Amino acid sequence: MATPVTVHAHAAPQGFIRKYIFSLDHKIIGIQYFFLALTAVWIGMALSLLMRIHMIWPTAVLPIVGEIKPETYLALMTMHGTIMVFFVLTTAPQGGFGNYVLPIQIGAPDMAFPVLNMLSFWTTFVAYMVMLAAFFVTGGAPLHGWTGYPPLSALQSAGPGEGLGADLWITSIAIFCLASLMGALNFITTTLDLRAKGMTMMRMPLTVWSWFITAILGLLAFGVLLSAGILLLLDRNLGTSFYVPQVVVNGVVMLHKGGSPLLWQHLFWFFGHPEVYIAILPGMGVTSQILSTFSRKPIFGYKAMVYAMLSIGFFGFMVWGHHMFMSGMSPYSAFAFSILTMCIGVPSAIKTFNWLGTMYKGRIRFHTPMLYAIGFVSLFVSGGLSGPFLAQPVLDIPLHDTAFVPAHFHLIMGVAAIFGIFAATYYWFPKMFGRMMNETLGRIHFFITLAGTYAIFMPMHWLGLAGQTRRYSQFTEVAYLQKLIPLNTFITYAAIITIAAQFIFVINLFWSMFKGPKASDNPWEATTLEWTTATPPPHDNFGGVTPVVHHGPYEYGVPGAPRDYVMQTDPAAGTAH
Amino acid sequence: MGLALLLLIWLITLLSTYFFVAKTWWLPAGAAAAAHWIDQQFALTFVLMGIVFLAAQLGLGYIAWRYREQASSPPVAYSHGNTKLEIIWTVLTAVLFIGLNLMGAPVWAHERFAAADANAVQVEVTGMQFAWYFRYPGADGKYGKTNVKLMDPSAGGEAAVGLDTADPAAKDDVVTGTMYLPVNREVDLSLRAVDVIHSFFVPGFRFKQDAVPGLNIHMHIKPTVIGEYEIACAELCGLGHYKMHGMVHVVSQEDFDKWLAAREAEKQ
Repeated sequence: MATPVTVHAHAAPQGFIRKYIFSLDHKIIGIQYFFLALTAVWIGMALSLLMRIHMIWPTAVLPIVGEIKPETYLALMTMHGTIMVFFVLTTAPQGGFGNYVLPIQIGAPDMAFPVLNMLSFWTTFVAYMVMLAAFFVTGGAPLHGWTGYPPLSALQSAGPGEGLGADLWITSIAIFCLASLMGALNFITTTLDLRAKGMTMMRMPLTVWSWFITAILGLLAFGVLLSAGILLLLDRNLGTSFYVPQVVVNGVVMLHKGGSPLLWQHLFWFFGHPEVYIAILPGMGVTSQILSTFSRKPIFGYKAMVYAMLSIGFFGFMVWGHHMFMSGMSPYSAFAFSILTMCIGVPSAIKTFNWLGTMYKGRIRFHTPMLYAIGFVSLFVSGGLSGPFLAQPVLDIPLHDTAFVPAHFHLIMGVAAIFGIFAATYYWFPKMFGRMMNETLGRIHFFITLAGTYAIFMPMHWLGLAGQTRRYSQFTEVAYLQKLIPLNTFITYAAIITIAAQFIFVINLFWSMFKGPKASDNPWEATTLEWTTATPPPHDNFGGVTPVVHHGPYEYGVPGAPRDYVMQTDPAAGTAH
Repeated sequence: MGLALLLLIWLITLLSTYFFVAKTWWLPAGAAAAAHWIDQQFALTFVLMGIVFLAAQLGLGYIAWRYREQASSPPVAYSHGNTKLEIIWTVLTAVLFIGLNLMGAPVWAHERFAAADANAVQVEVTGMQFAWYFRYPGADGKYGKTNVKLMDPSAGGEAAVGLDTADPAAKDDVVTGTMYLPVNREVDLSLRAVDVIHSFFVPGFRFKQDAVPGLNIHMHIKPTVIGEYEIACAELCGLGHYKMHGMVHVVSQEDFDKWLAAREAEKQ
């Protein structure tokens, strides 16, 4: 059992700059991450809208952006994927909510290394600015996709955007890796060392477990991507040949020799697959927390949930090759990667089972966070079940690099993770900003978003089955793709409606921040430590008091207890354990 | 609220299931030997995953509605879970997922681990921004040398793949922009790329394989139905990726021989 350490304690800052800009307070830093991700998600979403429009009306001339050329489409696609994966799905759940909530949930006054925390945010910010700069340089943003496979990404002459734009893209990712490594160290240390008295590992809320495991994944994965990115920069600018064999581009013999394009794929996916879990694990944690709170029941199988997350993290590092069944890697290794990938489906199924078990025979309260948590489960199931198709090499033959793949990963690591972020926002907003969000707007937002999400991504499975290849800027050149244009048109309309509905969220967010009804300290009648302190929490989180924990995190409906929930800090008594 | 949620989740589930079952949009008709086995494994996976999908989604909607908080709701069942159920669930899922995987393995193995038939037609497929070229070794059964210094994509044909015409083995090599294959005969494919990664995808054959610079990847397929099939590039290869399109003509052995002879004649 760790005892709270106080060496890092810092006084509440006075000036505006130290309080809100270069803050050491994990709560402010969490909010900074949240807003960074909020701007990023709007940019990423706008890019996807332009892509959807171009697919259907390739010759349309749009206001501001003008006509979208095929290379522009690919640049939009690359930046959409990169911004969403790094600056939204990695940033909001972990940097945002993890930062804000984790220290409070374990009863700590702040992160273990507040200065490192601040540095980590501002490094992320620099990475973000460098990424956006790629839009504005000569040649524009790169067209090699978020996976950046060389030789396409390694040769300046391979296409527009492969000049300075591609260098900025790689540099930004490298800087982001550094920021994530700093963040990961901080999360791991904080979780291990700063837990309050009585907060044993097995009394930690599942959210804390999810951020903790995510941080471990980040520590192991981002270092590899960082190295891979540096090698790619060397190939591009200093004439090395890590990834590039002898190639001829447009009749011009390049000077590279002997490199392996597959090396990049191995390194990239060694990062890239754990990254999927970096995006989704915090959503699993939040969903568990919310389903238990709003079903007024303990989480079903707490230990199984912890072990499931640990094994997802563990297996997550052994399955990267399932992205490469068609790459030319040894077909024998496909067997190993495939079996291990199927293994990862097991803990995922356990989690789903336990979520249903948590709601079963509960007393479900349908506040907006709960709606989003239920939506998360639905999307997780839908997105998860296309996994066993893609994980079988033999079925991956027709499906690889078709629309079936974006359908799969958008449902599960895209929108399910976003639903986790929405659930977290509606759930912790009262604690973060001291006011309640509007329930009616929240519900309208939820129903349109859930229906819209399915309308966009479910048909993509059918497109994939019919053979619609990914990353095509238009479908006019291949006869069988032309027949799929009506279904694509439907998806574009669904996307327009769903994106429009996101204004409801933003309006609700900002309106409630200033005009929402004041929130009490524990509006959801929840049990974890953040609900024991003031709303919003004071600078040191607990106002000089060090919380002592006596109970597990999800003691709802305890027989014989005075209320239908027992806070973690309630004195030990009765039957609760 | 619970009812609205139930209705929406059920509606989404049933509509999705309908379109999967009705096969409104589906794989094109299979036209190669492997297609039958792949499609069978597909169907099996669809049925099993479909059952799980329906059970989980309909169950989720039902539970959300059934256990909504009402004045009349009984106290919740205070329980931290059920280890026996967890174990049953874990074992069932493991058997289902891993079993499915093993069932599909022989098809994968057959296409990749066994060598092509001795009498297979040899075809070399070369991908470059943004075209496919097909090379037949001619009567000598040997591909002539290629040289990167001779590559001239703008000239097309032999020059595009950099065929070294000084090499005797290259004399009878035929390079075309359209692929011709005889029906019901195995094809020994060599896949190459000269600039960036491309992917040779023929949906009708259930065939896809990346063509990677620096590698020469051997695969074999056996087309079984005479007809014309589209090739689409399936790996992002640059701004013209969407138009990197080609055609495969599967013809009778007789027509294939005639076609090849005519190409040889053109060369002389």
